[in-house]
Amino acid sequence: MSERTLYDKVWEKHKVTELPTGQTQLFVGLHLIHEVTSPQAFGMLRERDLEVAYPELTHATVDHIVPTADQSRPYRDDAAETMMSELEENVREAGIEFDDPTTGNQGIVHVIGPEQGITQPGKTIVCGDSHTSTHGAFGALAFGIGTSQIRDVLATGCVAMEKQDVRKIEVTGELGDGVEAKDVILQIIRKLGTEGGVGYVYEYAGEAVENLGMEGRMSICNMSIEGGARAGYVNPDETTYEWLAETDEFADDPEKFERLKPYWESIRSDEDAEYDDHVTIDGDALEPMVTWGTTPGQGVGINEPIPAPDDLPEDKQDTARRAQKHMRVEPGQTMNGYEIDVAFLGSCTNSRLADLRRAAKLVKGREVHEDVRAMVVPGSQRVQRAAEAEGLKEVFTEAGFDWRNAGCSMCLGMNEDQLVGDEACASSSNRNFIGRQGSKDGRTVLMNPRMVAAAAIEGEVTDVRELKEVSLA
Amino acid sequence: MSGTGEVEIPEVQEVSGTGIPIRGNDIDTDQIIPARFMKVVTFDGLGQFAFFDQRFDDDDNEKEHSMNEDRFKEASIMVVNSNFGCGSSREHAPQALMRWGIDAIVGESFASIFAGNCLALGIPTVTADTETIRELQDWVDEYPDAEIEVDVEAERVHYDDRTIDVQVDDAQRRALVDGVWDTTALMKSNAEATRAVAESLPYVDLD
Repeated sequence: MSERTLYDKVWEKHKVTELPTGQTQLFVGLHLIHEVTSPQAFGMLRERDLEVAYPELTHATVDHIVPTADQSRPYRDDAAETMMSELEENVREAGIEFDDPTTGNQGIVHVIGPEQGITQPGKTIVCGDSHTSTHGAFGALAFGIGTSQIRDVLATGCVAMEKQDVRKIEVTGELGDGVEAKDVILQIIRKLGTEGGVGYVYEYAGEAVENLGMEGRMSICNMSIEGGARAGYVNPDETTYEWLAETDEFADDPEKFERLKPYWESIRSDEDAEYDDHVTIDGDALEPMVTWGTTPGQGVGINEPIPAPDDLPEDKQDTARRAQKHMRVEPGQTMNGYEIDVAFLGSCTNSRLADLRRAAKLVKGREVHEDVRAMVVPGSQRVQRAAEAEGLKEVFTEAGFDWRNAGCSMCLGMNEDQLVGDEACASSSNRNFIGRQGSKDGRTVLMNPRMVAAAAIEGEVTDVRELKEVSLA
Repeated sequence: MSGTGEVEIPEVQEVSGTGIPIRGNDIDTDQIIPARFMKVVTFDGLGQFAFFDQRFDDDDNEKEHSMNEDRFKEASIMVVNSNFGCGSSREHAPQALMRWGIDAIVGESFASIFAGNCLALGIPTVTADTETIRELQDWVDEYPDAEIEVDVEAERVHYDDRTIDVQVDDAQRRALVDGVWDTTALMKSNAEATRAVAESLPYVDLD
């Protein structure tokens, strides 16, 4: 078992007791909730005559079903309106802070936690959402839970968990031109497999990770679950502290910052920490990645041939054959030149200000291809306002992108933003599962946000390095 | 006044019934329950939507799928391949399978959030190697009316005249066999210790 890692330290500090099952009762420092996975949990609480134990450590937003175009109430979609009303009632009754769209703080749950500064190193963070792993970018122990576990956390402030192993993933070297955090995680998943992380927590380290800003680290931790790991984290450092110092939590309260910083420092993995496994990824060798299939592990470099199913390990062959049929790709081809109908720039993986800025540099002065409908969905209302203030909205809309309000949108097709028929989508999101973007015949190609911008302009999957970018005023 | 959350939790030592094979690796929870069926505030009625897009075409006509076949309609033990239940954390997925009639799942491997969600519903997720699972799937296909017994406590599955060894995660086995898989009341009984941990953490400000 691992020793003296961040995971071990945070686990020990939050351990309440050992349960008769051998699981640990783990205290939860921040419980994030949203409208899709929480209503049933509140229902179970009522059935058992239980109250929310720690409303002050619970924080709500609405993201999955919220429309990104017309947000006037009642929502046009009755089901969405019902879910929203239910959440409003639940948080009001329990006294839980709720960032609804009228507050100006609403957004995707994994965007708002970090931007408000409530996501912090050494916290345990849970949410009924598998991409809760995102918050690990700050050195938090953060993982997704199911609805019955939400009931547990609401009622007791704790979750029952088994301790996992820790795998250190060291990304060496320097990321090349056009290569981003998204490409790093797609390569990790390709190399270790979509189930390679089951039973593990991933610690991301190495020069290439340490040199990333917080947004990049979030993109990597976000997709830990796509590699089977329920949680992933980066040890906190100066980059983390600089981000935190500017958030609501600490900007006006530097004393609190100084008071907590020793704790943040103390939970970093020790130099001589022991890990259960250690993997090295060569960051220098990466090129922009794209997926050719229907699992996030089915990725290749933009100019690399799509593999023949027969050349893959036996247990991956059937999935690959079905995926290639669905995506209509042939082994030996590259994804460069794959025609697309839709470009989606958004999701909890890549919808933060830094993502939009990078993409805008490429978009400025260009036009979206005439056969493509392209949309930008900022991750939160704050991201949206900041982007609008620095002129990014104009850059995108002048090029022909649709500029939307904040939400999960076309990442999972729970609102009106969906693929139609067999449309192909260049997407900065995290899952290319069949049906994920709202149409069971839809085809999703995952890539980094600048690659999405390039695909929108060219009408096909394109090597972003072939397009020049301009500097924004 | 808040209750203690005490509810009757049955012990799940063994589960028996007929089987249904669902073949394929990396079957994600978006396939098990597409997102559009999650626009609900209860889990009631989700059973009919399990694997909906695999079972029905655009006009709601039945497609070829084991869950559409009469011979599997009464099945309660699902036999699956590797990384079953990957992707989204939605408990709607095991809820839909349970409400369709599934009481236990035997497979090569399970995604961890999915397995945790199954445990919270008292559904065992037991594993065996690829070859063993394929043999079981083929056998279920041939003998859809024959009984399978999943012995959680002994970590064995009995079918035909065979007994195979399976693995059950330790905590899962103890939770199911001892009937402590619903952890709400259990953890609530440690409320004082919980508060002590909360107060020991430098970042926690309690009201």
